[in-house]
Amino acid sequence: MKIVICIKQVPDTSEIKIDPVTNTLIREGVPSIINPYDLHAIEAGLQIKETKGGKVTVITMGPPQAEEALREAISMGVDEAYLISDRAFAGSDTWATSYTLSKAINKLGYDIVICGKQAIDGDTAQVGPEIAEFLDIPHISYVKKIEEIEDSFIRVQRLMDDGYDVVESTIPVLLTVVKELNIPRLPSLRGKMAAKKASIPRLTKDDLDVKEENIGLKGSPTKVKNIFAPQFKGERKILQGDLEEQVNELIQILKDLKCQ
Amino acid sequence: MPIIIKIEKCTGCGQCTDSCPYSAIEIKKEKAFITEFCNDCRLCLSICPEGAIAEVAYRNEPPLLKDEYRGVLIFAEQRRGQVASVSLELLGVGRKLANDLGVELSAALFGSSEKEAKELIKWGADRVYHVNDPSLDSFNDEPYSQILYELITRYKPEIVLAGATAIGRSFIPRVAGRLKTGLTADCTSLEIDKETRNLLQIRPAFGGNIMATIVCPEHRPQMATVRPRVMKRNIYDPKREGEIITIPIQNIKSRTRVLFSINDSSESFVNLQDAEVIVSGGRGLGNPEGFNMLRQLAQLLGGTVGASRAAVDEGWIPYRHQVGQTGKTVCPKIYIACGISGAVQHLVGMQSSDIIIAINKNPEAPIFNVSTYGIVGDLYEVIPLLIKKLKEAKQ
Ligand SMILES: Cc1cc2nc3c(=O)[nH]c(=O)nc-3n(C[C@H](O)[C@H](O)[C@H](O)COP(=O)(O)OP(=O)(O)OC[C@H]3O[C@@H](n4cnc5c(N)ncnc54)[C@H](O)[C@@H]3O)c2cc1C
Ligand SMILES: Nc1ncnc2c1ncn2[C@@H]1O[C@H](COP(=O)(O)O)[C@@H](O)[C@H]1O
Repeated sequence: MKIVICIKQVPDTSEIKIDPVTNTLIREGVPSIINPYDLHAIEAGLQIKETKGGKVTVITMGPPQAEEALREAISMGVDEAYLISDRAFAGSDTWATSYTLSKAINKLGYDIVICGKQAIDGDTAQVGPEIAEFLDIPHISYVKKIEEIEDSFIRVQRLMDDGYDVVESTIPVLLTVVKELNIPRLPSLRGKMAAKKASIPRLTKDDLDVKEENIGLKGSPTKVKNIFAPQFKGERKILQGDLEEQVNELIQILKDLKCQ
Repeated sequence: MPIIIKIEKCTGCGQCTDSCPYSAIEIKKEKAFITEFCNDCRLCLSICPEGAIAEVAYRNEPPLLKDEYRGVLIFAEQRRGQVASVSLELLGVGRKLANDLGVELSAALFGSSEKEAKELIKWGADRVYHVNDPSLDSFNDEPYSQILYELITRYKPEIVLAGATAIGRSFIPRVAGRLKTGLTADCTSLEIDKETRNLLQIRPAFGGNIMATIVCPEHRPQMATVRPRVMKRNIYDPKREGEIITIPIQNIKSRTRVLFSINDSSESFVNLQDAEVIVSGGRGLGNPEGFNMLRQLAQLLGGTVGASRAAVDEGWIPYRHQVGQTGKTVCPKIYIACGISGAVQHLVGMQSSDIIIAINKNPEAPIFNVSTYGIVGDLYEVIPLLIKKLKEAKQ
């Protein structure tokens, strides 16, 4: 089984603050992490290898420093990692990202491709299904359990808004995974050593069979027009008087709203 | 279009580096330099005092055939035969967009029944494409993507909207991929730029910390998934007329197969999204027992209980009650926030509620900025008294 896992390095959005004056993101001191859902993708890949044998490859498309994320994946036990990085890939939206990743995956060869459900910086959840489209393979989203896996067939549980579905697919297939699927392992000591030593090949646009007009900013149908701080409107009527009076007023309000 | 620095004009003052939300501008040898983080947001264009930052056109841009595309199409999701509420919300916003553009609003319904197709018209559609094959009653990515793709290439709408639900977010990306067009995920607001007819797609990014307006200027259709419970439905008009076009299917291949669909709404899903009244608790409750008090209040008001992430993280209440960016988006008639500070990530999930009542002991808490009515006070004094008086009134 050849398993390719797509991971993304993201800023830890729980640490992000907004500069209230300029309305821009304060990135300073914000740590970069592997997208949390992608840790579950790595774990899923490792578990499939442990039962079925094979090889686990991780890839990421990003700036040179995204190599750190790949080393972290190696420390968890994956076999090899590739960095897809080129100035020409900059500014890719989900369409161009998926296009480029699919070209890399094709080059590396695969039976199963695994992505996280979504990346926490953009929260789009689009890259996985779009990669599957470009590879012309089926995909199953939000996999929460792998029930059975054979050489040419897989059966999983897919999380839905009102429950879950049991879905079968032929292999090759692309899966996007949710947190319920597994608990990602921690790096082992041996893994950490391997991560230090590993050489991480870099794939640029010349290494991939990509069309110039489909990559980077130019290949991206969507553009960010502007960004702004979220705005909220409220009437902000603070009830006055002592506790008793406030509660009475509130009850009157609820009455008027026919809620009582 | 790409952003460039005109080196001869740049003084290296660094104002652009401070303003760039993506930290994509560096000063090297006293000149600004744009790195690969650039996202083309164009913020720096207005910042540079020297006018040294400019936008340049691409060479050999493809010709546009945008005028071939007209109309707004929504994907009317159904579950277990019944049109999902998000579809009605899409008809609400779709009607507004279609009116702004002066075009028709159509809906695509896969599976389900003629009766549901008629409902879509009463909720605002001019036309329904009903692909009424029973094999489409349950959701399967492969046939759904293929059929929607074919409908779009045949009828050429300029805008396609779907719900940002498990279903929409799974198969719509495939359709956009195949069409080579842009797709914006999980939009919370949609508007038309009248000058260009472009769809302005507004959505939260970076965990709700910031909002972005996304456009898809050079490709058609413009596609977006829309967050449930944010858009308003139209008023139901039982007399409204429209056209239903029944479309047969042929040659559908699928490499995936859905064996069962398990509905476990009873055990692990609370009906937050359909509640008319929600009483939510945050870290200010101080302990899990506080939720018992909120349950009592919710019961008296005929509502249900929600929570902030802080309360969920404390383990006081299960995740399924969480409201906000990483929880549910809700839009009840009345939302009562008790001991919730009002972080943006919470606000994006409840700000469109009709009436927001906040109870918080800190008068500076940002929750008051979105509230219709606020009580500054200790919730352990306010709520027991409220419960007592509500009970008295009931008797
Ligand atoms: C990527 C990301 C996603 C997130 N997603 C969500 C999400 O989906 N939903 C969400 O809610 N949060 C989310 N958060 C977290 C959010 O930023 C806040 O941390 C969280 O909402 C705070 O919860 P809180 O208001 O209950 O707690 P706090 O901010 O601690 O506020 C407690 C409030 O209670 C008041 N209080 C205390 N005691 C009393 C009393 N006795 N009587 C009255 N008032 C009292 C205090 O004055 C204070 O205002 C997310 C954060 C990130 C980074
Ligand atoms: N630049 C990237 N490099 C590698 N994988 C990515 C990249 N962007 C997204 N992915 C994968 O696609 C998933 C969904 O991302 P998104 O569509 O951006 O929310 C992530 O969890 C990753 O598995």
